Amino acid sequence: MTPRTLYQKIWDDHVVTRREDGTCLLYIDRHLVHEVTSPQAFAGLRAAGRRVRRPDLTLAVPDHNLPTTARTDAAGRPLPIADSASAAQLAALEANVADFGIPYIPAIAPEQGIVHVVGPEQGFTLPGTTLVCGDSHTAAHGALGALAFGIGTSEVEHVLATQCLWLRPARTLEVRVEGTLGHGVAPKDVILAIIARLGAGGGAGQVIEYRGDTFASMSIEGRLTVANMSIEAGARSGLFAPDETTFDYLKGRPRAPKAEAWDQAVAGWRTLATDPSAAFDASVRLAATDIAPAVTWGTSPDQVVPITGHVPDPEATPDPEAARAALAYMGLAPGTALRDVAVEHIFIGSCTNSRIEDLRAAAQVVRGRRIAPGIKQALVVPGSGLVKRAAEAEGLDRLFIEAGFEWREPGCSMCLAMNPDKVPPGERCASTSNRNFAGRQGPGARTHLLSPAMAAAAAIAGRLADARDFA
Amino acid sequence: MSGVTRIAGTACPLGRANIDTDAIIAAEHLKTTAREGLGVHALAALRAEAGSPLADPRYAGAPILIAGENFGCGSSREHAAWALADAGFRAVIAPSFADIFASNAFKNGIVTVALSPAAVARLMAIAAEGPLTIDLDTMTVTTPFQDRFAFTLDPFRRESLITGLDEIALTLREEAAIAAFEAAR
Repeated sequence: MTPRTLYQKIWDDHVVTRREDGTCLLYIDRHLVHEVTSPQAFAGLRAAGRRVRRPDLTLAVPDHNLPTTARTDAAGRPLPIADSASAAQLAALEANVADFGIPYIPAIAPEQGIVHVVGPEQGFTLPGTTLVCGDSHTAAHGALGALAFGIGTSEVEHVLATQCLWLRPARTLEVRVEGTLGHGVAPKDVILAIIARLGAGGGAGQVIEYRGDTFASMSIEGRLTVANMSIEAGARSGLFAPDETTFDYLKGRPRAPKAEAWDQAVAGWRTLATDPSAAFDASVRLAATDIAPAVTWGTSPDQVVPITGHVPDPEATPDPEAARAALAYMGLAPGTALRDVAVEHIFIGSCTNSRIEDLRAAAQVVRGRRIAPGIKQALVVPGSGLVKRAAEAEGLDRLFIEAGFEWREPGCSMCLAMNPDKVPPGERCASTSNRNFAGRQGPGARTHLLSPAMAAAAAIAGRLADARDFA
Repeated sequence: MSGVTRIAGTACPLGRANIDTDAIIAAEHLKTTAREGLGVHALAALRAEAGSPLADPRYAGAPILIAGENFGCGSSREHAAWALADAGFRAVIAPSFADIFASNAFKNGIVTVALSPAAVARLMAIAAEGPLTIDLDTMTVTTPFQDRFAFTLDPFRRESLITGLDEIALTLREEAAIAAFEAAR
């Protein structure tokens, strides 16, 4: 048999039919649904008199526009959402899951959280599966060896109705990182370095497979951070071959296989690795020792420099016009040291960096310290209720609160400015989220992407800072 | 959806690489349960910039948008395609497109035409001087100045655009194959 990559194996396992033009009908094993990109899909089903083919393979949870303030009153009763449009969208999701019989995690459930935190945490995400969600950061689930990608609402409707999608195979891109990461270098720094190398569109039309010993020794939380931002390099999916770390993470999760079914599943998952002689369409290599704690300076996630660096001269960048526009938006002058850039807002959260390891890394920096006087708001938003409770059991919430942070309820929060957590115009945020686009955190908001430890360091310093100085 | 074979009209020369879907429509406007009415928010921040071609009367009502590479990167929000369609755009010409946006655009009858950077630069330069024609039968973009640029489209997407196919109906005709696939697992 022709040697195949991990991607090709998962693809081949899911082809229902193949057209002469090469387009395949691909079976979808798992479908995550949230409140923002689904209402029009359910409306389409109703208009055409169609049903949901496999509610049992579908899981819904609200996350994007939920406020991250208290969700229940002292008696445990749900509190209303003040924003009427957000409230209507949540009500629509609740009506849709009830009408179509879809498993649902309500806003006030202990398991509620960001879809991309909930899926792995519940064992809904499994190696070798195809998984979709109406959200581009679905790429995150590739950390567990699932072929996972974001889809639009028409595709959400298509999957609800048919449990399939028409797709053409992508090209394969190997991203290999070898070596031991330096002290204070986080998975976020690794993916920012990869995005800088590939460019914001460099992975378009491709599926990335992350390989090399740097990733082999990385936790699932770290791999989720890396796979999550594959889309920021233009790749719809990023994959890690499942290994013992994956199996250890998944074993005992509520929706993972149990007993004999577990053993059978693991035996199958072990066969998923890319064959030794399989060829990738393209390959990129980085040395772990070349990767430093990083921060973005512009309005595209590939505009990255080490924290010890300076804002570049636009004329020295590949696209001077874009760099000039970015610096104008960001209010930065060429040559400025990143460590001289004052920030007013800190956001630790999002589907990229809101898991327990992320919170531990940030807590380690803030322990026994106070946020700087110039910080107007510092948020820690756990990725799920389970992450929140785990962090509280370790006392991390106390460390954050004593340092001056707000400890919030799970959700997408300040990542995307569609709930009350926003950055005001012209103000600057050190953010562990995934996008520094103009207006992403609010109209006129200025975003610097960085790791949880670096965000914590910025909170203490009142300016962008090197987390290694706070060890 | 009705089919499309030919789009002719003014092209708005927006340019700029990496126009993301947050720039096409801000998240604030995603709190809707409808597909309609999003056109007023399309590319709003870019439109508000001084000298924006989006606000230039010469390009008012243009059915074609010309942009830089990696158009539509970022979020999977189909609201971006809905907003562009509602604002009257039937096609976008750019050197490259983000995958999810290209898929969403095609499902809403918006043609994404990828041309070489040089061809896109040429079309940007002459946009003010006459209409463009995008023909899905001949797979070409032509100008009043005898330019003729060939492009390619995924055959399935091309056929779907031309026939205005209901993709879900097509898939439901594969019910036996889907059921057989499920039974074999």
